[in-house]
Amino acid sequence: MWFLTHAWIIPALMALSFLLILFFGKLMPKKGSEIGIAAIGIAFILALLTAGSWYTHNNEEVEGHGDAAAMADVQEGCSNEVDHLAAEDHGEETEDVGDHEGEGRSDDGGSDEGTDDHALGQSDSGEYAQSDSGEYAQSDSGEYAAPAATSTAVASEGEEEHLTRPVVRCAAWAEIGTPGSSLITWGTMVDGQSVLMLVVVTLISLMVFIYSSEYVSGDRRYTHYFAFLSLFSASMLFFVLAQSTIQMIVGWELVGVCSFVLIGHWWEEKPNSNAALKAFLTNRVGDIGLLIGVAILYFAAGRSFSILDLNILAANGGISHGILLVASVCLIFAVMSKSGQFILHTWLPDAMAGPTPVSALIHAATMVVAGIYMVARLYPVFFEGLSIAGSSVNFLAIVGAVTAMFGALLAFVQKDIKKVLAYSTISQLGFMVTALGVGAWTAALFHLFTHAMFKATLFLGAGSLSNAAHHSFDMVNDMGGMRKVLPRTFWTFIVATAALAGIFPLSGFWSKDEILAGHGSLFSAGGNGTYHVMLVMLLIGAFCTAAYMTRTIWYAFYGEFRGHGTPHESGSRITVPLIILATLGAVVGVLNLPEKIGPFTFPESISLQFEHFVEPVGAYFPAISHAEFNIPLAIFSLALALSAVLVTYLYYWKGAFKFLHGLSERNRVAGLGKTILVNKYYFDWLYTDVITGFVKGPAARATNWFNQHVLDGIVDGTGKGAVVAGQFVYENIDQKVVDGAVKDTAIATSEAGGVLRHMQTGRIQQYAALFFAAAALLAGVFVVAIG
Amino acid sequence: MLLNQFLLLAAILFSIGVYGVIVRKNGVLVLMSVELMLNAVNINLVAFSTYHGLGGQVFALFVIAVAAAEVGVGLAIVLLIYRNRRSVDIDQLDELKG
Amino acid sequence: MTDFLNDWGLILITFLPLAGALVMLAVPKESEETQKTIALVASGAAFALGVAFLVNFDYDSAGVLQYVVDREWIPIINSRFILGIDGISLPLLALTVLIVPLVLIYSWNNIPSPGNPKAFLSLILLLETGMIGTFVAQDLILFFVFFEIVLLPMFFMIGVWGGPDRKYASIKFFLYTLFGSALMIVSFLALFFMSAEQTFDMRILQDLGGLDIARTTQILIFGGMFMGFGIKVPIFPFHTWLPDAHTQAPTQGSVILAAVLLKLGTYGFVRIALPFLPEGAQWWAPIIAILAVIGIIYGALACLAQTDMKRLIAFSSVAHMGFVMLAIATLTDFGINAAVFGMVAHGLITGMLFFVAGSMKDRYHTLEISRLGGMLVSAPKLGWILGLCAMASLGLPGLAGFWGEFPAILSAYEPAPMLNEALFRTLMVIAALGTVLAAGYLLWMYQRTSMGTPPEEFADDPEITDVNTAEWISWTPMLLLIVVLGFFPSLIFNMTNPAATAIAAAATGG
Repeated sequence: MWFLTHAWIIPALMALSFLLILFFGKLMPKKGSEIGIAAIGIAFILALLTAGSWYTHNNEEVEGHGDAAAMADVQEGCSNEVDHLAAEDHGEETEDVGDHEGEGRSDDGGSDEGTDDHALGQSDSGEYAQSDSGEYAQSDSGEYAAPAATSTAVASEGEEEHLTRPVVRCAAWAEIGTPGSSLITWGTMVDGQSVLMLVVVTLISLMVFIYSSEYVSGDRRYTHYFAFLSLFSASMLFFVLAQSTIQMIVGWELVGVCSFVLIGHWWEEKPNSNAALKAFLTNRVGDIGLLIGVAILYFAAGRSFSILDLNILAANGGISHGILLVASVCLIFAVMSKSGQFILHTWLPDAMAGPTPVSALIHAATMVVAGIYMVARLYPVFFEGLSIAGSSVNFLAIVGAVTAMFGALLAFVQKDIKKVLAYSTISQLGFMVTALGVGAWTAALFHLFTHAMFKATLFLGAGSLSNAAHHSFDMVNDMGGMRKVLPRTFWTFIVATAALAGIFPLSGFWSKDEILAGHGSLFSAGGNGTYHVMLVMLLIGAFCTAAYMTRTIWYAFYGEFRGHGTPHESGSRITVPLIILATLGAVVGVLNLPEKIGPFTFPESISLQFEHFVEPVGAYFPAISHAEFNIPLAIFSLALALSAVLVTYLYYWKGAFKFLHGLSERNRVAGLGKTILVNKYYFDWLYTDVITGFVKGPAARATNWFNQHVLDGIVDGTGKGAVVAGQFVYENIDQKVVDGAVKDTAIATSEAGGVLRHMQTGRIQQYAALFFAAAALLAGVFVVAIG
Repeated sequence: MLLNQFLLLAAILFSIGVYGVIVRKNGVLVLMSVELMLNAVNINLVAFSTYHGLGGQVFALFVIAVAAAEVGVGLAIVLLIYRNRRSVDIDQLDELKG
Repeated sequence: MTDFLNDWGLILITFLPLAGALVMLAVPKESEETQKTIALVASGAAFALGVAFLVNFDYDSAGVLQYVVDREWIPIINSRFILGIDGISLPLLALTVLIVPLVLIYSWNNIPSPGNPKAFLSLILLLETGMIGTFVAQDLILFFVFFEIVLLPMFFMIGVWGGPDRKYASIKFFLYTLFGSALMIVSFLALFFMSAEQTFDMRILQDLGGLDIARTTQILIFGGMFMGFGIKVPIFPFHTWLPDAHTQAPTQGSVILAAVLLKLGTYGFVRIALPFLPEGAQWWAPIIAILAVIGIIYGALACLAQTDMKRLIAFSSVAHMGFVMLAIATLTDFGINAAVFGMVAHGLITGMLFFVAGSMKDRYHTLEISRLGGMLVSAPKLGWILGLCAMASLGLPGLAGFWGEFPAILSAYEPAPMLNEALFRTLMVIAALGTVLAAGYLLWMYQRTSMGTPPEEFADDPEITDVNTAEWISWTPMLLLIVVLGFFPSLIFNMTNPAATAIAAAATGG
């Protein structure tokens, strides 16, 4: 239990490792890589302990019954809904005693008896229920007690369902708005799903760290590389443990930045920095969907970011279907970018510009599944919003199926081995998305789990190959015949390829089959709907997968060596992780053996362990229906994969199907098809040249022109107009009229003075004479006047 | 009336003084003419005081004192003008001409 | 301590920088060390007082004014000398008293040409008094006086120490903002005469909440304030003074301009326009929101077309302030919280960007993006710092910018009840699109200036050195804050929330 409540230590450890490497890495004897490896090693052990702890916790007998008991490990204040449940539970207990008080009780039921703490939760939820029924005109007429009742009913349908008890811990992050109404929290939400990801992320990270210490040794930015690898692990772990959607956004974008930094690790070369920019910007486009989706859900859930709140409300009709639909479409947009789904997948192949271990860790095994994880985490939103149950088509499933099929086709025309694997990743992520879209939740996560193992093996194997081939990834021109010189790489690659192709009994077979069976009742019962079209598309995708992987093996390992120099097997720090991962990729399929295959029944103690471990049961998860193991489908898909291998084998090894060789040169249709594939369906052209080109070019220039000439023109015009008007006023009115008047007065005065000055002779006697004359005159006037 | 004769005498004396001030070119003579005018005033004052109380005689005494001072200052000015210009012709003193 | 702060704290913090400037006048022109020390001591003392306020502030009642100083001032027009701080002023006050000493440290051996540190430093100190005064003044006339004091030093800083086109830029800056101020003072007077109390006391005006002013009148008065504050923000389409002022201003001027001066406008909206004229605000809110969102997209597009780094950062300010204005226009507690956070975050981040740009200019003697490149090679630490700031500026979670941007977008989803929800939701989507463009222009700029290999003309330039000591000292606090606020947003939200709730309530009532 301690490990479950203290899961935050794992990302914190990696964050600490990041800081230590960043500031002290260069001082260390091994340039910081030892800090990173030690940290991720400890993190991996902690993750395993957490997993064990969860296993025990999950199988414990629980006191009490119902959702309230299941949510007993949710810290108070982390989820309004859970607080409400607890209060209600408390209320029910006391209700019997205080029945006589219960007149005129509100729909909330029992809120009167709640203690102070509970009363707070009650009134909040009560308000919400009212506003909800008013605003969205819900058919439920705001009967808030419904969720608990429904989910309990669903749970009790199965024979004695064991409810999942998520362990949630949180702390206040910020409070915005009226106190008590909108607390933003951060914390950890530990349940099977997050524990699974903890293990996957730390395991693959550990392998990649060890692998990298040899692979990038002597690199110009060795220390930075490990620092950001640590930061990536920290962000990803932060993301998977997220307790609130806003915390998810933080983790989501932080992994994006790490991806940016690591893709652009060798930023001196322009293509690398271009690829980094493309990855980041494409993800940013998808992030719009995430931001808006989270905003919608935040308000729909009555101002709560808590994942538990959202899930409980969405699963039990607390949020109207329309809102959920819009929100899930927005979030799918985010999935498209992060998980490389059509039509925002174009960054992923380019992201292979980064160092190979980065491709393995970030762009195959962990970061790109963040989208899958997010959908799985908020599954009730999608399940209800897209009406997955009982339907035969929905947006999520279409996106996934289209990606699975068209991504696989693109892998055929690649020469770069990493690009083959990149398109393969896109296609496999499409499988997972489709699985989620058709309601096969567990299958999606199981495939995520197995895919992480064998795809990491493939990428790391590709790195090992390129190590041998003078850092080239061009399998058509620089590789060939490698199986003799790189035996360990070869065998791990073969195992992983077989797993990816879904060959019995490797892990890929089990997980892929679960996905295919989850599409619904084509051959047998089970599943949530009838997604036949998607099933066909996925089968095509599976066929292509087996084929292009065989082609890859041909180019890389068979034939004559086409490169130069003498290739050599990689060192043990590269091959040991390869062997570990390949072994895991081969065997982890047994973790989720079906209950029965035809007549044969597995004992309960070994079947469906993964499902019990990971899949939540209870109020915060929709009641999905599990498909049974589908023998005809399994045989068919296995036959399909084997035939793909066979056909490719005959084509390359034996030179069969002569008419196919050079078909694209001879046949117009085939040529056109190849041109389209080589140009990646023209998406890159559309995004880079048309959209980005337009925004960066004409749109930006037009805006700038508008700014400089129109807006600034108005300002400058006003200024210049003012100056002109000023000059006019100055020259004509001020200088001529106003100043003119003043000047004229002065001139008149001076001229009058000029006339009068002649009277001033300076001779006193003349003055005196005048004076006396005047006096005499005045006297005369005086006398006359008086007289 | 005896007063009229006194006034007539004073008027004649005053006119002679005015004439001298206006016409003479010699600064000293101009000063002497001013003296005549002042004495004409004195006569008037004394004459009126005989008929209208003794205030006039007091004023006459004042005027005599002031006239003495005035002549002192005036002669000093004339003397300085002479020193500077070697002439006391006041027609040449038109420095104030506009 | 508390008594001292109560009685003298705000007066001291406001006028200490001014006193520093006056003391500096007595220092002979030659003793530059003394001048720098005086400037640093004066602003450092203000900073210390700011810290004291941060420590002693009563966060539980951040919604009411604290440390109020109320003295007789101009009785004939019933204007009093009232100072006070609440949860909205405090973060901005803290930002101001932090930024100015850092700018002074940066100036230690970095006085722009034509030198004359005495005048330069005095102007910065005078500027500080004006900025602090604006944030603490609680009387409209006093507010206006401080608001205008700020103009003059900035005018001289651009006009004397600026780039080649400094005369044009400084005059444009001065006249443009003065034009807004003229309308603003008319609005203040109208507010004075129209309200029953005939007072400039902002406390009373907020309590009145425009109750006794008719709706049409409120709309008109708000219009005047909109021009006054909006030009300062600057809100589209009144932003054209900003790129010129920023491009021509010396580094120190740009930093202060971006970090604090632009906030005077948004602060005015939050503090004065919204709560005093609720009905006016409600009428204007959609217009402001639309202009804000146009500003976001427009600023971003204009950024993409810039060839000069400083001009690019200046246009990015237009875009970022658009987010702040959008948040304000929602008239919700969420929005106003986001707006204040956005102001602080933008102050730190864009201030840092201008610092880095200034340092690059010192080294490269040009900011022409096409000529730069490979800074990560020639000055790696500077390059990483620029990268961090660019990331923060584009609103990366975990850094300060996110908490201004995301809540702003969020708040537009559910604006105040009387506003048009559909309009604001559309604006929200467009604003979210702006975040993509922001990432685009910032990273594109980063790619062209810092990644790749250095161009030939700068390949072996000995002048291109890495971050020096003065730069480290002045930048570290800002960089730390950018990261710390990214992970602990409650440091700001704790202060702003009670006050913002009160203002939102005032703006939507009446």
